[in-house]
Formats: sequence, C-alpha cells, structure tokens
Amino acid sequence: MSISWLNDIRQQAKNQFEKTGFPASNLEDWRYTNVSAIAKKEFSVAKFVEDVDFDAVESGSAFHFVFVDGYFREELSNLPEKITICSINDALKNHADLLQSKFNQAIKQTHGFIDFNTANFTDGLFVHIAKNVVLEKPLQIIHIATQEAILPTRHVVILDANAKASLIEMFVSPEKHAYLTNSVAEVFVGENANLTLYKVQQEGENAYHFGGTYVQQADNARFTHHNFALGSLLARSDIVSDLETAAECELNGLYLGSQNQHLDNLTRINHLQPHGISREFYKGILNDQAHGVFQGRILVAENAQNTDSQMNNCNLLLSNEAEIDTKPQLEIYADDVKCAHGVTVGQLDEKSIFYLQSRGIDEVSAKHILTFAFANEMVDKITIPSLRDAVFNLLLTRFPEGAER
Amino acid sequence: MLKIKDLTVNVGNKEILKGLNLEVNAGEIHAIMGPNGAGKSTLSHVLSGKSGYEVTGGSVTFNGKDLLEMPAEIRAREGVFLAFQYPVEIAGVTNVYLLKAALNAVRKHKGLSEVDAMDFLTLVKAKTKALEMDEKFLYRAVNEGFSGGEKKRNEILQMAMLEPQLCILDETDSGLDIDALRIVADGVNALRSPDRAFIMVTHYQRLLDYIKPDFVHVLADGKIVKSGGAELALELEEKGYGWLEQA
Repeated sequence: MSISWLNDIRQQAKNQFEKTGFPASNLEDWRYTNVSAIAKKEFSVAKFVEDVDFDAVESGSAFHFVFVDGYFREELSNLPEKITICSINDALKNHADLLQSKFNQAIKQTHGFIDFNTANFTDGLFVHIAKNVVLEKPLQIIHIATQEAILPTRHVVILDANAKASLIEMFVSPEKHAYLTNSVAEVFVGENANLTLYKVQQEGENAYHFGGTYVQQADNARFTHHNFALGSLLARSDIVSDLETAAECELNGLYLGSQNQHLDNLTRINHLQPHGISREFYKGILNDQAHGVFQGRILVAENAQNTDSQMNNCNLLLSNEAEIDTKPQLEIYADDVKCAHGVTVGQLDEKSIFYLQSRGIDEVSAKHILTFAFANEMVDKITIPSLRDAVFNLLLTRFPEGAER
Repeated sequence: MLKIKDLTVNVGNKEILKGLNLEVNAGEIHAIMGPNGAGKSTLSHVLSGKSGYEVTGGSVTFNGKDLLEMPAEIRAREGVFLAFQYPVEIAGVTNVYLLKAALNAVRKHKGLSEVDAMDFLTLVKAKTKALEMDEKFLYRAVNEGFSGGEKKRNEILQMAMLEPQLCILDETDSGLDIDALRIVADGVNALRSPDRAFIMVTHYQRLLDYIKPDFVHVLADGKIVKSGGAELALELEEKGYGWLEQA
C-alpha cells in the first residue's frame, strides 16, 4: 500500500505509538485493565501465509468474509452482489476517494491500540451500502487467528441514507496460542439508515483482544450493537458513537468470564444534537478469579435537548474471588433531558436455588439454570435466528444444565 | 409413610419447634392449624430441606429413611413436595422447562428414562387444562408477573406433574379468592389417592371446606397440643385458638 494520503496518516500514528506504546493504566480509561503483558510478548505483525488449512466457511444465512491472521481470504468467503464490498486493500485501488473521505474520521480520540492499528493494519473490510439499499442477509466477518503475532485489521462500513444492513463480527481461533487481535472498525450510518452490528468474541484462551468500534450516526440514523465477550485471556472492547439529531443508539452486551479472564468494556454514547435516544444494557457473569470491567459514559452536549437515555449494568458474581469494576457515568450539559442509569452487582438468589432444588433439581443444575436465564436475556435480543441459536449453544457449553438444547 | 418424633428445631438461637410428634400414613389428609408464630411454616420448611433451620433433636423418617439427612433435591425425588406459601418468581426460566427438568430428575432417580418430548407435552397440556390454566402459562417465566391465584395453581400443576407421595401445602389458601380456591382444591382432590398423603398447613378453616381432612392437629408454641377429626377445625373456627393456649 503506497498511497500518499494513507501513508501520512499511518506515519503519524506510528510516531504516536512509538511515543506512547499500548495504554498505561494511569490513563483514566485504562485504570482497571493492565495491558503490560502484551508489550512483554514482543509480538510482531502477522505475515500472510499462502496456504491455510481450512475449508470454506459454511454460513447459509449470511454473506461472509474470512480473515486469516488479519488477511482477507476471498477463496474462503461468500460475497454479495449489488453493494460495494471488498478488502480495504482493494478499496485503496478501486474506491480510493470514498475511503479517503471516511478513513480515520470516526475516531475522535486515539490511544495506543488504535494508533498501532492505524500504523500497521494488514487488511480489513470495506463496505459501502448505497442509498435505499436494504440487505436481506447479514454480512459476516470471520477473524481466524493462527499465528503467534499481532493481527491488526481495519474495517470501514458506510451506509448511505435509508440503507439497512446487519453485520456480524466473529473472532475465533482453532489453537490455544498467545496472540493479539487488534481490530478497529469505523462505521458511518447515514441519514435514516439502520445498522445492527453483532460481535461474538470467542478468542483462544491465551489470546489478547482489542476491538474498537467507532460510529458516526447522522440524523435519524439507528445503530444497534450486541457485544458478546466470551473468549480470550484479556479483552478490551471500545464502542463509541456520536449521535446527530434524533439518532437512536442501542448497545447491548454480555461478558462472561471464568478462571483468570479479564474482560473490559468501555462504551461512550455522545448525544451531540437534540431528540436522540439511547438505550444501553450490559450484563456480566464472572466466575472463579475472573475480572470484569464496565465503563459506560453517556454524554449529552449542551445542544442535545430532549435526549432520552438509559443505561443499565447488571452483574452476577458466581465466586468470592471474582471481581467487577463498574463505572456508569452521565455527563449532561443540556437542561431538558431524560437520563437514567442503574447498576447491580449480586449473586444467585438463594430462594430461587432452593425452589428449584425442592422440585428435584440438584444444586449445580439449579445454578446453571439461573445463570443461563440471566445471560439468555441478552441472547434473546439477537434477531438473526441462526446466530441466536449459535450463541445460545455457546452459552450452553459454559452452563450445560442451563436449558434444553 | 412419615414419622416425626420429638422434633426440636432452632432458628438462630430461638427454639421454634419444641418436641413435635406426627405420623402420616398413605391415603391420609392431615391439617395442621395454629396461630401465627406457632411454627407451622418452620415445620413445612424443615420437611422440605430448606437451609437456615437447625434440627437440635428428634427424628423424621420418610418410608423408613432418615429424611433430615437428605439434601432438598433428594427429598423431592423421593416423593416429598412442598407447595410454597410464597412461590418464587424466576425470570428467564420458562415453566415448561422447569417442569421437564424436574420431572426428568425425579424419573432418573427412580431409574426411569427421560420423558419423551411428545409424551411430555401431551401430559403437561392435559394437567394444565385440568387446572383451568391457559397453555400460555407454560411458556412464561416461572411465576413472573403471576397473580396470587395463578402462582398457587402453578404449584399444584408442578405437584400434579411430579406425582409425589407426600404433598405439603403451606398456607395454600392465602391470597386466593373463592374461585381460585375452588380450582386449587379441585386440583388437590383430583390427586387424592390411597398411595398419597397430604399435610395442609393453614391458619384458617376455609380451605378445609373444600379439601376435607381426616385429621386436624393444632400446633401451638412449637408442639401439637390437640388432635382430632375434621370437626376440630370447625370448633377452632368458632372459638379461635385462645382457649387451647390457656389450657
């Protein structure tokens, strides 16, 4: 990639990263998450490997785009017609003007992971859905990690006015090795357009994961995000959205940690103009010595009168050693708004456990059933049946007695 | 079937049951009545295996086995069923899933195979209909948003599905209007059988108009102070509990 506008941006990011490195935990947004272990690994950026040992991925109900170690594999993918969709590297050749006009524009504030990504991304997906186009099938990005390396991908998703689509991002690894996923998506939801984005993070048990989604919502745009943080040793997810007039933003999340997993979720909803609506609901389940973090901030700018915003974070601690840091914040500069937030941290209800036991169900199964039910509220929000079933089954592997297969 | 001998139970440092004796045989219906605070709910909870109760003396056997040694789920699988005074609401768990998981746990304990999905649906729909419940209840979360009457009917539905040997009804009549009471009572009466026994714990005689007991016991201050036939309940209704406590 030797395109001068991009080279400039990448060089700047590289300089910035060389100065700061990955974020230090004295930064407010990183105070609960220590990423020093990643720097110590001295990963380099993954190389393209010619032969990969996978069959084309089956997904009858979605168009899918396969990235192996951060490189697009067309031969494993299934591409739709009618919309512009290609790898970022192809977009640099064929859609350079549009890409240039959007690239780096959704990111208002960077940190080491974003800078590293900008400087080093190997590839990514470029999606442009034209005005009034409604995609019937979801688009699915599948990230497969095989190398002990950093896998930086950069996606740009653009929906023009009145377009409608849903996009699934999956992160998987067939191996148990250490690596760092570093995936950044910039998302532009045009006027009255509607995008639903699902993220299912099932990285390997020794993996590090950084995933950031930075969204610009035009007037009346609707953006819905469902965030399932299931895998990895240490994961940090950023979701940041800027809302113009009467835009609607819905953020749902479920983080499910066990053993020594560390799962950090940062969200920022910025109401910049009037009449915006946001709904945020994150649930956490933490077992063993797992550590969860929820940092949710809703900003209502002085201009953003009549904003209607709700944020909730509910946590279930299944062990005495599990830990949650939860920090919901409302930052309100307008005077005529409706904003609320709530947080709960609790354990399974003893009365409910006994009730199930009194019906013949053993204690372990009773706990599985109640935990599954707590988590399943978020799974039920998935509107794509095949994806809902898949996530449901992933939950069942964690709580096998929790529900009927 | 059930033999309770000299049972003493503490809650915290306070003695609630102070030497209770009771014998229940298959086919019998026993009513346990008494004033508030006499220990009625403690007795139901101790029999069902709820934690927080310390048995300090005496014994309870069920079909010759030591009931107090068993965890709550084993008691349920052996055939003891408690219909709760205040059934718990469980968000996100459907009634039908609870019923199936419970039924299969009981069947497995008895050495039976898991119930066939079609057979289960046929069975549960029939039982639901018999209790004049809408089938929609099966697919709602357990007791969530149910009215008082619906919750109690739901308890009887679970009882009907699990077919226990000993049914303990803890203040089942509380919070029910006359129509709901009749439906619940019909449900219980339909389950009467020579192999099954009932213990009805109740403050009021009202329920006993619909489910006629063979024996009535008065529980006061942690002991059974008087036992008799169904007519004792009427006497209690008329005179209250005061005359027994004085005696």
